[in-house]
Amino acid sequence: MTTQDHHHDHDHSGGSELSEMQLRVRALETILTEKGYVEPAALDAIVEACETRIGPHNGARVVAKAWADPAFKKALLEDASKAVATLGHLPRVGEHLVAVENTPQTHNIVVCTLCSCYPWDLLGLPPVWYKSTPYRSRTVKDPRGVLRDFGVTLPDSTEIRVWDSTAETRFVVLPMRPAGSAGLSEDELAKLVTRDSMIGTGLARAPGAA
Amino acid sequence: MTDRNSTAAQRVAQAVPGFPIDDNGPVFREPWEAQAFAMTLALYDRGLFTWPEWAALLGAEIKRARERGDPDTGETYYRHWLAALERMVAQKGVADASTLTRYVEAWDHAADRTPHGAPIELRAEDFGRG
Repeated sequence: MTTQDHHHDHDHSGGSELSEMQLRVRALETILTEKGYVEPAALDAIVEACETRIGPHNGARVVAKAWADPAFKKALLEDASKAVATLGHLPRVGEHLVAVENTPQTHNIVVCTLCSCYPWDLLGLPPVWYKSTPYRSRTVKDPRGVLRDFGVTLPDSTEIRVWDSTAETRFVVLPMRPAGSAGLSEDELAKLVTRDSMIGTGLARAPGAA
Repeated sequence: MTDRNSTAAQRVAQAVPGFPIDDNGPVFREPWEAQAFAMTLALYDRGLFTWPEWAALLGAEIKRARERGDPDTGETYYRHWLAALERMVAQKGVADASTLTRYVEAWDHAADRTPHGAPIELRAEDFGRG
């Protein structure tokens, strides 16, 4: 190489390498960008939103408000999509969102046996186990056993309902408000709400249990 | 929120064979997964497909993978996702499989000629070299 713009790095094995998946993603993104279907900046914004703005904390806010505000709770259980919209969210995939309430008599757990329908706008991206076949098939057959594996033991008198999401309907669990949380602000309440408690594989945290 | 939940996830991992441990992040295992996810949302926002269409395609992709012997533990989930997205883009007439292959090969070439550590950029010369 004697051209003016030759590389100073002559180590031919020093080239870069992209994995097959990276190559395919770049190829698709280039094509979609060239054809005007997507803008790279908009894609970056979506990725960033997944990581920060849309996490389980949006769902936690909704749950905390339902705990603190009986009118909102009523609205949420009647029409979750509409109630969540009043909080200023812009639901992306949650047009048909249904909230199911946990009580001492009934514990709800959400699963999707087809693929992995999930209220991303509230809970962020689905955890890996949610997308796994063992979780999907076992939850339908043996929800109590799955809950035990997650460290949740419920009284035998509590009925467990399994909700199978579809592309049209997504479910979010309204966990029971933990004992000892009277007098907490909505912000403080929201910190007690875990992602798993909104899937139904966990319970809300007890105050002070960090 | 890692403390309690990650212990729970570890317990599940022990209890269910092949159950992946959840690190309890909003879960992209690698950046390309987030990119594939973002492209899907962007195309949905443009009205290229509906969620029921997407769910059907992704479900079919996962089913095919399982029939090929994929354990479907969740770790390969975004592979199926990307395959479904490629299929969707082809079905909608945006880009067929041969176009995708041409661009994959071009990116591969671009990576080869780019010194390690430098940003990899696609140039016209990367096409047609196989």
